[in-house]
Amino acid sequence: MLWVDKYRPKTLDKIIVHEDVAQNLKKLVTEQDCPHLLFYGPSGSGKKTLIMALLRQMFGPGAEKVKVENKTWKVDAGTRTIDLELTTLSSTHHVELNPSDAGFQDRYIVQEIIKEMAKNRPIDTKGKKGFKVLVLNEVDKLSREAQHSLRRTMEKYSASCRLILCCNSSSKVTEAVRSRCLNVRINAPTEGQIVKVLEFVGKKEGLQLPSGFAARIAEKSNRSLRRAILSLETCRVQQYPFSNNQAIPPMDWEEYIFEIASDIMKEQSPKRLFQVRGKVYELLINCIPPEIILKRLLFELLKKLDAELKHEVCHWAAYYEHRMRLGQKAIFHIEAFVAKFMSIYKGFLIATFG
Amino acid sequence: MAPVLQDSQPWVEKYRPKQVKDVAHQDEVVRVLTNTLETANCPHMLFYGPPGTGKTTTALAIAHQLFGPELYKSRVLELNASDDRGINVVRTKIKNFAAVAVGSGRQGGYPCPPYKIIILDEADSMTEDAQNALRRTMETYSKVTRFFFICNYISRIIEPLASRCAKFRFKPLTEGIMSTRILHICKEEGLNLDSEALSTLSSISQGDLRRAITYLQGAARLFGSSISSKDLISVSGVIPQEVVRALFAACRSGNFDSANKEVNNVIAEGYPVSQMLSQLFDVVVEADDTSDEQKARICKKLAEVDKCLVDGADEYLQLLDVASNTMRALCNMPEEFSFEN
Repeated sequence: MLWVDKYRPKTLDKIIVHEDVAQNLKKLVTEQDCPHLLFYGPSGSGKKTLIMALLRQMFGPGAEKVKVENKTWKVDAGTRTIDLELTTLSSTHHVELNPSDAGFQDRYIVQEIIKEMAKNRPIDTKGKKGFKVLVLNEVDKLSREAQHSLRRTMEKYSASCRLILCCNSSSKVTEAVRSRCLNVRINAPTEGQIVKVLEFVGKKEGLQLPSGFAARIAEKSNRSLRRAILSLETCRVQQYPFSNNQAIPPMDWEEYIFEIASDIMKEQSPKRLFQVRGKVYELLINCIPPEIILKRLLFELLKKLDAELKHEVCHWAAYYEHRMRLGQKAIFHIEAFVAKFMSIYKGFLIATFG
Repeated sequence: MAPVLQDSQPWVEKYRPKQVKDVAHQDEVVRVLTNTLETANCPHMLFYGPPGTGKTTTALAIAHQLFGPELYKSRVLELNASDDRGINVVRTKIKNFAAVAVGSGRQGGYPCPPYKIIILDEADSMTEDAQNALRRTMETYSKVTRFFFICNYISRIIEPLASRCAKFRFKPLTEGIMSTRILHICKEEGLNLDSEALSTLSSISQGDLRRAITYLQGAARLFGSSISSKDLISVSGVIPQEVVRALFAACRSGNFDSANKEVNNVIAEGYPVSQMLSQLFDVVVEADDTSDEQKARICKKLAEVDKCLVDGADEYLQLLDVASNTMRALCNMPEEFSFEN
């Protein structure tokens, strides 16, 4: 088992990083009632952990016995019926799913499953909650129609069904949905908090952490706790006992982008652009999301640029990322950004050095 | 639907006014509708206005008051965006429902006029085709059916439909009205709300009563019966003013790296960027030592970025773009890029 899963806190009391949030959530569910919830925050900040712990708090250990199901729905959409398949994770008390996996048909999923759940309402006996919980992941990736159809459904079936929504950025969730939920912001843990967790994991595993080692991992982790624990485990596999100045291996795709950045800085020519294209393709084939590539590339380039160029470059990065979102093929837009950068940089070099 | 447990109900539903006369602040609408109740005569209606001003509440209340609980099921068809409302539904379900004639006659103290009501909630999310298909249906069956359209943006309702309806605009609630409602709920629920928290609540909910009540319930659940303005801010998702000011100050300093750091911080803290933009906008507009031209430059960019965010662009890059543009405006750097060709 990976350490990330092994040391995932199971109950709200054991949560270290977002203690205050956890305590508040506990207070929230000790009373019978619980509103719809919307968790938002950057990845690796502990949203999922909190949700799982919250479910356990509500329903007891029963919520942890989950089974994976491949469900199919037959949806009647006017003239034709649509067959939908989706993987769900469910226990007797909750259902968890990724509606964005259904692509553009996500609104049918949202409507069907909530209605289905509302029909099979659990009997309200003593000590048991009279509602089920539906956990929807990545609501920010839901289409506008699906979000629209969520809004009234949420109100209508609120007696028998509670929604827990989870997303990265709440600006992509419509105002109407947000205003129907209790919003819980989960911030990324600070480096200090990450160090604390790493030391905790180290102690549990019986590791000797040299002083400053955890701090270095935390610094490299971009404030993502998951990544920090993963890289601690990587280091453990690479070399143990840890030496004081052991290098923390960067992700290989990051190194690759670093190479691309230095390639671009060295030479600005169509030939170089062609080479870069090959490298970018390589990254895309390995399933690195294009916006992550663009962001990282910008980050690497910004490190090497003069202040006056930075404004210009970051403007174009934002511009091409937006175009990428509207368009279909990511490679065009990444390449356009690289070409733009080359032209700007060349212009700058000529203006400065003649 | 199974009977609802009183205590597990959202307050928004619990305190939804049951009668038209209880709807707050929409005087003209209430006057017209009370008249309707007396004469049992009503036109097609179109309710529009910002969210949380009582449109759905009014429509439901009048339907209930006209028909009473017994006839309600057979006389009222309520469709909203969560139901399928494509052109097919309009042609079959709505048309079939509209075509049935009904008798009149008072029953159990309710007027029960000889027509049915179709409530189309969130009508602005209907497709144009579906709206077009409604046009003739509305006229043909106007003897036996009344349509209530509810929407946020009247511009999304096609003109032929809008012209067939009596239009009612729902105004955003004023602070005073909102306070009375909130205080009423506080009294019912046994909450303790000081005056500072009350005014915070009114300002962060911006005239949207539903939002105010949701925040109130959230805060009450999280923090118990006595609520301060800080608690309300933390449940509402409003960004603390210090964070916005820090970003603005970093832009003013003219140092790109420090602005970049602030932007990174905002993203890592998980603040929604769209919220950040609107609060930054407030700060920019209120700033005294900034010239109008600078403000214009900044606001133009804010608008562009807002559109990009709606399209789904990356938050970090867009906010960085805003920060860089703001910095160039504040430090009077040229608007055009020097190396673009």
